[in-house]
Amino acid sequence: MTNGADKKTLSTQTQQQAADASVKKTVKKLMLMVFAMFGFGFAMVPLYDVFCDITGLNGKTSNVAARYNATSIDRERTITVQFLTRTAKGIPWQFEPMINEVKVHPGERKVVKFYAKNQSANAIVGQAVPSVSPGQAAIYFQKIECFCFNNQPLNASEDVEMGLQFYVDLDLPEDVSTITLSYTLYDITSAVDS
Amino acid sequence: MTSNVINEQSTQDAHDDGHHDHKMTGLKRWLYTTNHKDIGSMYLWFSFIMFLTGGVMALVIRAELFQPGLQIVEPDFFNQMTTVHGLIMVFGAIMPAFTGLANWMLPMMVGAPDMALPRLNNWSFWILPFAFAILLSTFFLESGAPNFGWTFYAPLSTTYSNGSTAFFVFAVHIMGISSIMGAINIVVTIMNMRAPGMTYMKMPLFVWTFFITAYLLIAVMPVLAGTVTMVLTDTYFGTSFFDAAGGGDPVMFQHIFWFFGHPEVYIMILPAFGIVSTTIPAFSRKKLFGYSSMVYATASIAFLSFIVWAHHMFTTGMPLFGELFFMYCTMLIAVPTGVKVFNWAATMWRGAISFETPMLFSIAFVILFTIGGFSGLMLAMTPVDFQYHDTYFVVAHFHYVLVTGALFSIFAGAYYWLPKWTGYMYNDTLSKWHFWCSLVSVNLLFFPMHFLGLAGMPRRIPDYALQFADFNKWVSIGGFAFGLSQLIFLVLVIKCIKGGKKAEAKPWDGAEGLEWTVPSPAPYHTFETPPKID
Repeated sequence: MTNGADKKTLSTQTQQQAADASVKKTVKKLMLMVFAMFGFGFAMVPLYDVFCDITGLNGKTSNVAARYNATSIDRERTITVQFLTRTAKGIPWQFEPMINEVKVHPGERKVVKFYAKNQSANAIVGQAVPSVSPGQAAIYFQKIECFCFNNQPLNASEDVEMGLQFYVDLDLPEDVSTITLSYTLYDITSAVDS
Repeated sequence: MTSNVINEQSTQDAHDDGHHDHKMTGLKRWLYTTNHKDIGSMYLWFSFIMFLTGGVMALVIRAELFQPGLQIVEPDFFNQMTTVHGLIMVFGAIMPAFTGLANWMLPMMVGAPDMALPRLNNWSFWILPFAFAILLSTFFLESGAPNFGWTFYAPLSTTYSNGSTAFFVFAVHIMGISSIMGAINIVVTIMNMRAPGMTYMKMPLFVWTFFITAYLLIAVMPVLAGTVTMVLTDTYFGTSFFDAAGGGDPVMFQHIFWFFGHPEVYIMILPAFGIVSTTIPAFSRKKLFGYSSMVYATASIAFLSFIVWAHHMFTTGMPLFGELFFMYCTMLIAVPTGVKVFNWAATMWRGAISFETPMLFSIAFVILFTIGGFSGLMLAMTPVDFQYHDTYFVVAHFHYVLVTGALFSIFAGAYYWLPKWTGYMYNDTLSKWHFWCSLVSVNLLFFPMHFLGLAGMPRRIPDYALQFADFNKWVSIGGFAFGLSQLIFLVLVIKCIKGGKKAEAKPWDGAEGLEWTVPSPAPYHTFETPPKID
């Protein structure tokens, strides 16, 4: 009788231990999933950048100067390139394109100027961030030289003309006839100082 | 005899967490409890309190929109109301209500004595009130509560935040931790605690839907935690995840948020599918039609939920291929969902149907949820979405799936299991009043919103053009009627706890499942020795 009870206790205990062990195993696996997905959330940031670089999604353009390597100029097509500027909240600058739009042929190099003036009494460092619309045109819009590659410090009341040299790739999709290039100017003084 | 005693003793030694037979009294019982039924009840009560809190905010919104022009609240406070109403209803009302049902019913349905991790269970409940205390405390700040919408799009929540972002972020962190712990508990319980003989394909569909939902939670709540963390560091620590000036991208916020947000939508509806898949067979007195197709449909919906997120962002300017991909994937979801709706209809077909209140709510669920599904299908079409985006049509759509969908299923479940929980039958007349008042008022509340949206009324704006005045008046009347109807439910539940007609172990003759094999009210401890399933 006692012996039987002991045996039963033993087997219940082993069963219990086995159950506990499998619970622990499942919990560990699930915790791993939780941490992996937390990491994945952050991994989406570089993944998104890479994805945008490849596809030109969201009108992101390259941050490095493009080499001019067009083999010819396609005089059959004319593309309208429009320029927009806006200043982000809190930067007291005048910032505008000196020409609102230009007509270019794919493969043709073009230089345009932008004007900026610091209207405040303090030295401010500005940074222009470009964006191209429609998004699918972004990877065909090549900036050979751009003021947006560097930040732009301006003393109080100082002004500057800033250059942009670009060309449009020959293999720009057929359905794109107008490209809008928009610059937003941000105040990055505090970031540069620190 | 001796062997039994020793046996029990050893079981208790091995894991004595959940098995104290001496109940503590008063507040301590609720603070320290590891009993799944106690915790389930607390979850359900908490979610009902939050439901009323969020409901009052909805009524402030509807009061302001009763007439065109600004009458009652300032636009900023109106924005705070829409934001916190959304947060509370999603994270405070619907999700905890489902967790409460899971806590109460899952162990009984799989023949387990308790949840697998009872102490964790206690903790995952008790951090919730603190999360919502933090969130609601922002109303007493000078700057006010979050006003950037429950979707907290950057830069509204970063650059243009009114100072409540930190409170919001920490509240969401705690809610997320609570959900993740709850989900882990559900998965572990289902995987390890099923009674011998209960194979996966023998589990009730209710258990299946919670199983899949828990996996969704484990997959996406950490992503939400990551998103709010990025918002926090962008706002206060100078990072620029979503700030174009520093190389970030505000549109990326939407991608990351909706990668969480879309599965979240199914987190709030899959358990509803489980509930009505339990009640409809019970009151049709037939087996659920197409059990295995229901399981596969649930799993497919869960999978598809991960590849449709950008349908919330059609107007952000995606390449054509992206728009088409997300449009087709979204429409694909209608297939498994359709399978479910047809299966419910087929279950009722030629059944011996009786219309007890749980069944009324379930039938209303099937019809009204399907309306919400169809308006979702309309929104899935990219070209027309450009017209519907950010209008009251969207508001109508997601309230049909979340109120007449998720909430109605919770009511169906509550009425179905209330006799098991309290040991008494609820007052049938009151329950019918609750149902019919809710049904009429909820449609008065949400149906005209479709027309308002199609006519161009934008959401989240405290004022509107004069031509929308008539519909808005009706909508507001429906809103107040629906809100007041819920008080009937509160009275009914309190009465049912206090007494009434004694409930039998199985008060519904068509009901199936292990939970009906234990007496009503369910004893504090059930299935200490697992039942045998054949």
